[in-house]
Amino acid sequence: MRLSYPSNVKVIQVPCSGRVDIIHLLKAIEDGADGVYVAGCLEGECHFLTGNFKAKKRVQYVKKVLEELGIEPERVEMFNLSAGEGPRFAEIATEMTERIRELGPSPVKPQNAA
Amino acid sequence: MIVANRKPLAEIREMVENCDKILILGCKGCVTVCNVGGAREVSILASILRIARKKEGRLLHVDEMTIERQCDPEYIEQVKDRVGQYDAVVSMACGVGPQFLSEAYPAQRFFPAVNTTFFGGAIQHGVWAERCAGCGTCIIHYFDGMCPIARCSKSLLHGPCGGSANGKCEISKEVDCIWDKIVRKKMEEGHLKDLLDPKPPKDWRTARDGGPRKSVREELVQ
Ligand code: SF4
Ligand code: SF4
Repeated sequence: MRLSYPSNVKVIQVPCSGRVDIIHLLKAIEDGADGVYVAGCLEGECHFLTGNFKAKKRVQYVKKVLEELGIEPERVEMFNLSAGEGPRFAEIATEMTERIRELGPSPVKPQNAA
Repeated sequence: MIVANRKPLAEIREMVENCDKILILGCKGCVTVCNVGGAREVSILASILRIARKKEGRLLHVDEMTIERQCDPEYIEQVKDRVGQYDAVVSMACGVGPQFLSEAYPAQRFFPAVNTTFFGGAIQHGVWAERCAGCGTCIIHYFDGMCPIARCSKSLLHGPCGGSANGKCEISKEVDCIWDKIVRKKMEEGHLKDLLDPKPPKDWRTARDGGPRKSVREELVQ
């Protein structure tokens, strides 16, 4: 099955969504990403039991930080899908791309720097 | 350990508002254990501050460093070559850190990034609770290991007040009444009469009431 998803989405593979820490999400934003999302396994189906719940909490933390900084928290998101759901993966990539397109470029773009 | 919480971002941002170059200095002691001021939290705060300033279009140069402890001159010495290059050094240690640092390097400005709150421990992952108020003369052996100074809202030493209800303190249904626990434990063990033994009033001079404290161990002083 070959599925296409928007080419602007850069995929970074991790062994478990629980490996994604707050700093990884922040670094993406700091380095100018317009949005960043975590695609974890379905809740209750984590191979390491709670990895996806940890990821969810970290995503929530970063959303809160962005809000405090006056940056749209929707730029960061958590999605849950099963590893066998290729079409859903492509769908999420499209959904997130649309969302970010609506929000426009990140206000943290390097060119904003003095 | 000493438990602290990170200050609100707005407060930290205001402190460094006029800075162009800062160092965020973590500590591997208590604040690492309570997940507030170790290397991980230093990198998170550094990234947040950079994001905030990039958004304003005014770059903030943030360096990161975490030392063994900020409450010991030998470790404070390790930042000797770093201080002086910054508009400010933001310490993520407990309140002791920025004070030891400013004493060692009077020409450098130091800001505290955390609110130091109490002596306690983790009661579950991510939740810490107060256990000791550092009164200087421990008396918890009278109370089966429970400290009414730190854990009773009124620091009562002779039994519960009239506000104790269903095991909870009158200040909040979320707060256990430690006196309820002490009395129950004594009853279970058949030692309730321990609490009837009159004890002399506590000498509070060993607590903060006696002014700033110092511990001197003659055998170690050089
Ligand atoms: S009695 Fe004093 S030293 Fe002992 S736990 Fe309570 S506050 Fe701390
Ligand atoms: S209810 Fe219990 S904990 Fe609260 S003030 Fe009274 S004795 Fe202390």
